[in-house]
Amino acid sequence: MKLNRRLFIGTSAVAAASLAAPTVLADGHGKPRVVVVGGGAGGATAARYIAKDSKNAIDVTLIEPTRMYYTCFFSNLYIGGVKEIDDLGHSYGKLAAAGVNVVHDWAIAVDRDAKTVTLAGGSTVPYDKLILSPGIDFVEGAVEGWDLSSQNAMPHAYKGGSQTELLKAKIAAMPEGGTFAMVAPPNPFRCPPGPYERVSMVAHYLKANNPTAKIIVADPKPKFSKMALFQEGWADHYDGMIDWIGEDFGGGEVSVDPAAMTVTIDGEVTEVDACNVIPAMKAGRIAELAGVTEGNWAPVNAADMSTKADADVYVLGDASQQGDMPKSGFSANSQAKVCANAVRGALTGSKVFPAKFSNTCWSLIDANDGVKVGATYEATEEKIAKVDGFISSTGESAELRKATYEESEGWYTGITADMFG
Amino acid sequence: MTKRWLQSLPSVLAAVFAAGVTWAEQIGDAEAGAEVFTKCIGCHQVGDGATDKIGPHLNGVFGRAAGANDGYRYSPSMKRAGDDGLVWTAETLGAYIENPRALVSKTRMSFRGIKDPVDRANVLAYLRIFSDNPSDLPEAEPTALATDHDIDPAILALEGDPEYGEYLASECLTCHKSDGTSDGIPSITLWPTEDFVVAMHAYKRKLRPHPVMQMMAGRLNDEEIAALAAYFQGLD
Repeated sequence: MKLNRRLFIGTSAVAAASLAAPTVLADGHGKPRVVVVGGGAGGATAARYIAKDSKNAIDVTLIEPTRMYYTCFFSNLYIGGVKEIDDLGHSYGKLAAAGVNVVHDWAIAVDRDAKTVTLAGGSTVPYDKLILSPGIDFVEGAVEGWDLSSQNAMPHAYKGGSQTELLKAKIAAMPEGGTFAMVAPPNPFRCPPGPYERVSMVAHYLKANNPTAKIIVADPKPKFSKMALFQEGWADHYDGMIDWIGEDFGGGEVSVDPAAMTVTIDGEVTEVDACNVIPAMKAGRIAELAGVTEGNWAPVNAADMSTKADADVYVLGDASQQGDMPKSGFSANSQAKVCANAVRGALTGSKVFPAKFSNTCWSLIDANDGVKVGATYEATEEKIAKVDGFISSTGESAELRKATYEESEGWYTGITADMFG
Repeated sequence: MTKRWLQSLPSVLAAVFAAGVTWAEQIGDAEAGAEVFTKCIGCHQVGDGATDKIGPHLNGVFGRAAGANDGYRYSPSMKRAGDDGLVWTAETLGAYIENPRALVSKTRMSFRGIKDPVDRANVLAYLRIFSDNPSDLPEAEPTALATDHDIDPAILALEGDPEYGEYLASECLTCHKSDGTSDGIPSITLWPTEDFVVAMHAYKRKLRPHPVMQMMAGRLNDEEIAALAAYFQGLD
């Protein structure tokens, strides 16, 4: 079965390579071209692996507007004061040195017939294979009273960088005994434990700097990732500080007034001193512009991350709708490697191996109190399907929690080296 | 008392076999084990008045977490194994004394291991006398023997495909660094192939404790483990 599929993939790869060849030659360009849009955990990894493993047989262009990439993963640790903002920033210099053509611009359109990507700067970039890894954007009107123009008053801080710094500054400026509110997003969203790790890190900061402050979380969901672990940790470390209002208590009936700095939950108005609004999410806009989304996300084939809409357009990470994997940096990185292997096979005839995926999400509840959840996945006809998984237990020893946190730091240096070289 | 239990073993074993459980190794002979233990006494003491020497004393070792004997300075590797949940049972101790590094990569116990399964069973039977936790009922943890740890030589002899190994290794490199540095997560580069294969199979059999690694190794077949070993061995 496995052998047959490998053979089948190999054969179709050769066929695809021979079909792609004339376009490439007609272009007067000797090498097949891959364009990657988005330089995060999915895109940077895919660009790096295709360039590295094809040994320059493929021309790889990475389009990413920012010159310095600030990871969204670990940004909560900056909010908690455990990491510095500089710990989260990564440049694209090593990727460029490794042969990836890094273009700092916005991709604003995709012409799938002409197989080109248009950049905000005006140029068009041709591709044989296009990989979109644009992360997330927010669904308009998802939280009553909030839109992007309010993100300075009530930051989302759900893309790494300036928003993260802004939220931290607002928390630091809270008056003594003030109130921090979070509006948590509905499923599915980037980093399922992320909002709750953030609550933990905000509490960690406030406990040390503003111990009489309060935290309110309005959540449209009845439960969340690692819920038992977080709730145990909140009771142990931050007793009485955090009020989580789930769906049952009207957590989904929420509106905000960024000018008045109020949050209304189930009809009750609360004045807040800092407010983090994390609205419902959708695929990064370029996926929609490319016409490969259905609803909010881009459906993909599990074997190679190609879109259901177009075999030459791939979508990685948060923007994809792939099945059982959570939207996380780890998942995007894992999907990128499967995709890179398939794209390289299609363009150069190199061996294509069966898709294997994995994910682990670490979260920090308090200093040196780390927990994790993870799973392995495989490609089936219909989706990426979970094979096996594990989760930290409640009541673990302090030594194990510390080892888990140190492991997450090791993972951070590992994955960022794997993305950026 | 222990002797009597040992003597009644055949009937206990017969009952267990009838219940459908297979034991690859039998509970050994404690007297013969005392003889085997002479290999260990350069570093380890056991029995009345035993104290830590080069290695920790071994009173009450069954049922104890790895690296948990207060006052003894263990290797970071052993402490980590204990934090991850490694508990000494007949099964894990058997695997450890068969090939210490297969279970704990950077253990300070520089000992080649006892390859003869009968010798291993005997020395475990001897150590069991000095562990009262929970009892010396042979079918109950931590003193029950469950599986044969020996890896089929045919598995060790498999020639891995380094190209497949490179693809599979990309999954490892999300956490483990390719430059070999270890920082919260152990290094996996430049391992002797056999140690690598034995360690991965120890995770697969859940003898090594770490849940992520048990999960990752759990879905690798023998050829895939060989392919990974071939790839990592060739890394500069």
